[in-house]
This record gives sequence, C-alpha cells and structure tokens, in this order.
Amino acid sequence: MKRLCTFTITALLLSFAIFLTPFANAAPADKNIILSTTTSTQDSGLLDVLIPVFEKKTGYFVKTIAVGSGQAMAMGQKGEADVLLVHSPDAEKKFITGGYGINRRIVMHNDFVIVGPSTDPAKIKGLKSTTEAFKKIAAAKALFMSRGDNSGTHAKEKVIWKAAGVVYEGEKWYQQTGLGMGQTLNVATEKRAYTLTDRGTYLALKKRLDLPILVEGDAILLNVYHVIEVNAAKWPKVNAKGAKAFADFMVSPETQAIIKTFGVDKYGSPLFFPDAGKKE
Amino acid sequence: MGLIYEGIKQAIILIFTFDPEVMGITLLSLKVSGTATLISLFIGISVGTLVALTQFPGKKIVVSLINTGMGLPPVVVGLFVTIFLWRSGPLGFLGMLYTPLAIIIAQSVIATPIVMGITLASMQQLPKKLRLQTLALGATPLQSVWVLIKEARLPLLAAVMAGFGGVISEIGASIMVGGNIKGYTRVLTTATVMETGKGNFEVAIALSIILLAMAYCINYILTHIQQRERHF
Repeated sequence: MKRLCTFTITALLLSFAIFLTPFANAAPADKNIILSTTTSTQDSGLLDVLIPVFEKKTGYFVKTIAVGSGQAMAMGQKGEADVLLVHSPDAEKKFITGGYGINRRIVMHNDFVIVGPSTDPAKIKGLKSTTEAFKKIAAAKALFMSRGDNSGTHAKEKVIWKAAGVVYEGEKWYQQTGLGMGQTLNVATEKRAYTLTDRGTYLALKKRLDLPILVEGDAILLNVYHVIEVNAAKWPKVNAKGAKAFADFMVSPETQAIIKTFGVDKYGSPLFFPDAGKKE
Repeated sequence: MGLIYEGIKQAIILIFTFDPEVMGITLLSLKVSGTATLISLFIGISVGTLVALTQFPGKKIVVSLINTGMGLPPVVVGLFVTIFLWRSGPLGFLGMLYTPLAIIIAQSVIATPIVMGITLASMQQLPKKLRLQTLALGATPLQSVWVLIKEARLPLLAAVMAGFGGVISEIGASIMVGGNIKGYTRVLTTATVMETGKGNFEVAIALSIILLAMAYCINYILTHIQQRERHF
C-alpha cells in the first residue's frame, strides 16, 4: 500500500509539473494576427519559411488557418480573420466590392496543371488547350477528382468546365474529395484519376505521386495569389494594423526575393513567382 | 512496407534526437488532453455520482442523454465551440478561438460525458445496501459518497483511461477550434493530418507512432495503479 501511495503521488506530481509549464507565448491580443489562407501556401511549405521571418521582424504572432480560398474569404466576410492570402480572383473581386476587404495586392503566381494517370485513358497528354483536355476527359468518362471545397483551385476548375461546355454534375466519372490539395492528389494517385492542381503543391508532393503532368502552359491555367486586408471599418475587432503589416511584408522586396528562390534547392524549380507591384 | 519501415526509423530518430518541434507538439498534446481529462473527471465523477445516487422524475431521460453524450462526435463539438468563440459569437470577447485553451474546452466537452457515463454505470452496479450500511454506521452523506467512490475505483480508473483516450486521439475539434497553428495549437493528431496532406508520410507515421507510444505509457501507468489495487 505504501509503495502504491508513493507511486501515485509521483505520477500525480509528474503530470502537474507538465501542466504547470506555460503554454507557448500567447501574445497580447493586438499582437495576434489571424491569417486565413489557402491550403497550397501551407502544404507547399512556403508559409513555414515566411512566417518566422515576419514574426521575428515585427513581433506579431501569426495564427495561420489553412483552409480553401472559399472558406478563407467566408471567414474574412464575418470578420473572423484579419488578413487573407488567397487565389480565387473572381471571388476576391466580389469580396472587395462587397466592402469586406481593402487593399487587395498581387503577391505571386504560379500555374495550375492537369495531372493524371500515366496510362492517360482520355489521351490528353500534350494538348495545348485546357478546355479541349477537359472535353476529352468528359467524353472518355475518365475518372476526375475535384476538390469540391470552394477553394481557389475548385473555382478555377469550374471556370474551365464552363468554358469547355461540359455538364459534370451527377456524372459517375466526376468525384469530389472535399479535401485540401495535398490530400486530393493522394486520392487521385490511388484512384488513377485526373485532377487539376496548383504546381506548388504538386511539386512538393511529386515524389509520392504516380501522376505525371499532362497539360500545362495554357493561359487559362494562370494561378495568381493576392493578399487582402479585412476591412476594419466593417469589423472593429479586426487587427487592422497587424493585417497591414503582414500584407506589406508579403509584397516587400525581401519577401519577394525569398519567394523567388523558395523550393529551388528541393525541387529544382521555384514553386511560386513573385509579382508584387505588377499589373494584372 | 518500405514506407512503414521508413516511418518507424524516422520516429526513432525524431524521439531520440529530441527534435524540438516534435517534442513541443507531443508536450502540447499531453498538456491539452491531460487538462481536459482532469476537468472532465471533476465534472463527470461528481455529476455521474449525483445522478446515480438520487432518484428524480425523468432520470431515464437524463441517463439516456449522458449515454448519448458518450458518443458525441468531436466535429460537432468543434463546430459549436467554434461558433461560440468566434469574434462575432457570444463568447467572442474572450478572444479564445485558435488558442490551446479553446482545444481544452472542446476536449473537456467531449470527455465529460464519457467519464460521466462510466461513473454512472459503475456507481449503479455497487450493491444498493452498501450506501445504507455506511449511513447506518454513522457516515455523513459526503463520507458515504466517498466510500462509494473508493469502492468503484476500478471502473473509475477505466473512466479516466476512456476519457483520456477519447481526447488524445481526437482530431475534428482540435483542428477546428485550435487551427493547427505551428508551435502554438498544433497537436499530434492535427500535425499527422497536415503531414499526410503535405505528402510527408514518414513524418506522419512517426507522429502516429509517438501518439500511440504516449497513449500506451499513460494507460500503462493507469492500469498499473488499477491492477495494484486488486489484491485478489
């Protein structure tokens, strides 16, 4: 019984010692920024590089919430985020005209590519036209994995389907994962399906995938990222100062230089191309 | 198979080199889920005992509610806690969303009915006369309850394990209310999902192994306590 007591007490003391160590630095409220962003900036590893630089420089603490661009903007629309880094231009324009966001600035771009099984059942490899490729996938009834999550990639995909004039809803060959880009690529490779992906996430995951790039380089496949500050006039709780600091940081020459070389050592080519200050 | 082997190798490397990020994530998981379990024990055992030992109209409804709560889906809890903690939500002024505290709240909500349900069942299976006996021997009601709790300690330790096991392995609520923020609210389960999304399967497997090993250690200690109590 005595041994048991000592044992229990030691266990309890140990657990309390763990609980008593404080949680990681919770900055005061005005030093917290909620950054709502698309999964591709996190899954590609870019934010893991940029955010520590920003935090060190400014003393802000960035809470990165990586969701699809659609959800990111929905958070901004409710004032639940301070700053957005997204890639869904049509939705972004609506966001700005709705008065939810201010100061939309271009940060960088890469491009979307169509990837698919190496057997390429729809015979789209090397096609110059994306819409043509989508038409062929539909005609061959080849399995296509959609994000289906209102993300920027999903929005782009819908634009292409529309341009191709294909009705895909309810079709058996058209499936939605409802997951992030990385997960969707994993699903596509398992199910030998075609999918649309941003090049950044694709390159970051490539070694695990059996999905060669089949179509690339078409103008419609351009993928542009913007930073938007949530309108503090509409949502007083928004950390406007912090949002501006982050947005300024994203378009600063220093950051743009980091973006330019990010991924070169690991993947042989950059994942994103800096665009700050350019016209669209 | 090669992948699993790589994962195990990576796990061993990460553990024995004390990788600061993995250590931080593991410690946070332990702290958050441990605290949530403690809170759930406090509420779960007291309310569970109270419900078990008293008779009142509608008791069956309450017990059914508690039993339903034992299977409360973490995502549902996550969703409601998120809505409450939003800046625009009723508790938004606390500024607590995307903090470790928010995860503790959500996990407490998940674990409490589990502890409560097991407490309730273990109290009810004690012989009815035991309580009357203690009272007849001159115990105050509080002393009597204490005797009963001691008598039910074996299933109560099972309640601790079930509660802790429920929250340490939970992901839906943690990712919604915590946000999986690096170095701040990233716990083992959310990190595993993210690494899978990034295609870093070795790291994901390594994190899973650490999670399992940790759960095993905690349960080993609890089982040790539980089984030593048995002298027969």
